[in-house]
Amino acid sequence: MRNPPAWSAPDPSSGPGHWLLRARVFEADDLKRAVTRIAHEIVERNHGADDVVLVGLYTRGVVVARRLAAAIVSFEGVDVPVGSLDVSFYRDDIALRRVSPLGPTQLPGDVKDSVVVLCDDVLFTGRTVRAAMDAVVDFGRPRAVQLAVLVDRGHRELPIRADYVGKNLPTKWDEDVRVHLTEIDGDDGIEIWECAEDEGGAT
Amino acid sequence: MKHLLGIDDLGAEGIGEVLRLADSFLEVTRRDIPKVPALRGKTVVSMFYEDSTRTRLSFETAAKRLSADTMTFSAGSSSLRKGESLLDTVRTVEAMGIDAIVVRHKSSGVPQRIAGWIDASIINAGDGWHEHPTQALLDVYTLRRRLGALEGVRIWIVGDVLHSRVARSGIQAFARMGCEVTVCGPPTLIPRGVEALGCNVSWSLDGIGEADVIYALRMQNERMTGSFVPSLREYAARYQIDGRRLRPNQLLMHPGPVNRGVELAGEVVDSPQALIVQQVESGVVVRMAVLYELLAGGGPAREASRFTQEDPTRVEPQPA
Repeated sequence: MRNPPAWSAPDPSSGPGHWLLRARVFEADDLKRAVTRIAHEIVERNHGADDVVLVGLYTRGVVVARRLAAAIVSFEGVDVPVGSLDVSFYRDDIALRRVSPLGPTQLPGDVKDSVVVLCDDVLFTGRTVRAAMDAVVDFGRPRAVQLAVLVDRGHRELPIRADYVGKNLPTKWDEDVRVHLTEIDGDDGIEIWECAEDEGGAT
Repeated sequence: MKHLLGIDDLGAEGIGEVLRLADSFLEVTRRDIPKVPALRGKTVVSMFYEDSTRTRLSFETAAKRLSADTMTFSAGSSSLRKGESLLDTVRTVEAMGIDAIVVRHKSSGVPQRIAGWIDASIINAGDGWHEHPTQALLDVYTLRRRLGALEGVRIWIVGDVLHSRVARSGIQAFARMGCEVTVCGPPTLIPRGVEALGCNVSWSLDGIGEADVIYALRMQNERMTGSFVPSLREYAARYQIDGRRLRPNQLLMHPGPVNRGVELAGEVVDSPQALIVQQVESGVVVRMAVLYELLAGGGPAREASRFTQEDPTRVEPQPA
């Protein structure tokens, strides 16, 4: 395994080698079931959905949050507020690389005393979640902050864990987990890609 | 981009990127806590060798909202009085360990000169008659927020173009955004060869009815060393924008401070067509964008997302 750079996941667009699909671990149906189960777990754990606010982290977390809200309204009948959060200005790697904002932050009303469930597609180093927690508390003091992700791929660099996980997926550090969501990518699914060396290296 | 000395430093995509960042920072400034930790640990010094209210306050507010530390240097109360040269002053400031200097100076070219001396990023906050790039950026931002696209918008810049760094930066920035720019004023106050910046020239207000936007410039009495107009009164009679000359469908801009009764009549300054207050508001977010662009990270722009360049969730804001 190559030494991981200090600040970033492997970049598929640069460096030697090319990306190969290793496995497609979720199809559309699996993904839908995972979202439904997480939605149930959120409601169960919080004894209802009344104080819950779903906050999606750009880019795909925003879609995850919307889908969880749609699921909750379908079985619980509660319209859970959904927000979107851009954590760019809170990242700890701003000084190391170029970080551009990904979308407009919009939190629904006041997060004070609510249960904020941060939603994202992949939990990896935990640094995005760290930035998100800092960002959320700037908007008010939630009663609790929880974390829902479609995939936990390990390799945490901070003491952070998810409260709701679609799938635990053991990966190598230099693999790439790609969550596809119809709203953005045109289809639903989760894939693991690996980086193959161009010159007769690992396959 | 290391320095912002003139509009040219921004390149073709630079203006768009600054405007995009400014949109993000506009949302930040509307929060209860209008502050993000993006530039924590960076130090920004403002060195103003010339009077300023809005530019300096707006830069300092911008830096503070990005969590940068700010230091202020004003010519009046510094060792300049004891005869310290510009070079020595700048080296002294640099020795404090700083990341950016915001410079205003009465002589053109001072920011460029300083940029050659030290490692910090230099932001030109107005140098002589030369350029005032952040003013041009906030003008473009203000107008784009009001009108949407700027392609084909006709802008008349009226007044003392000769002494105006705002005009020199503004012409270039508006032209880059696809605007049709005309400068207008008495021949003595229109610099020769200004067309080369990409604008038309008119010596009278006759054709101003075609303008979508009138951008009035301040009569810069403090820079006038000769007699350029017979009297302010005669200037006002021929070039002042008043309620009669400003048509109801036209927008009015002015970089401030306004000389009421000279370049603008009082009634148009206070009219709803005037964007003058919005220009000041835009100043903070645009300067946040410039500081962020210069001081945060380096290298080429990160892809918006791994699979798609443009993020589809970006353009459709959610219901609040």
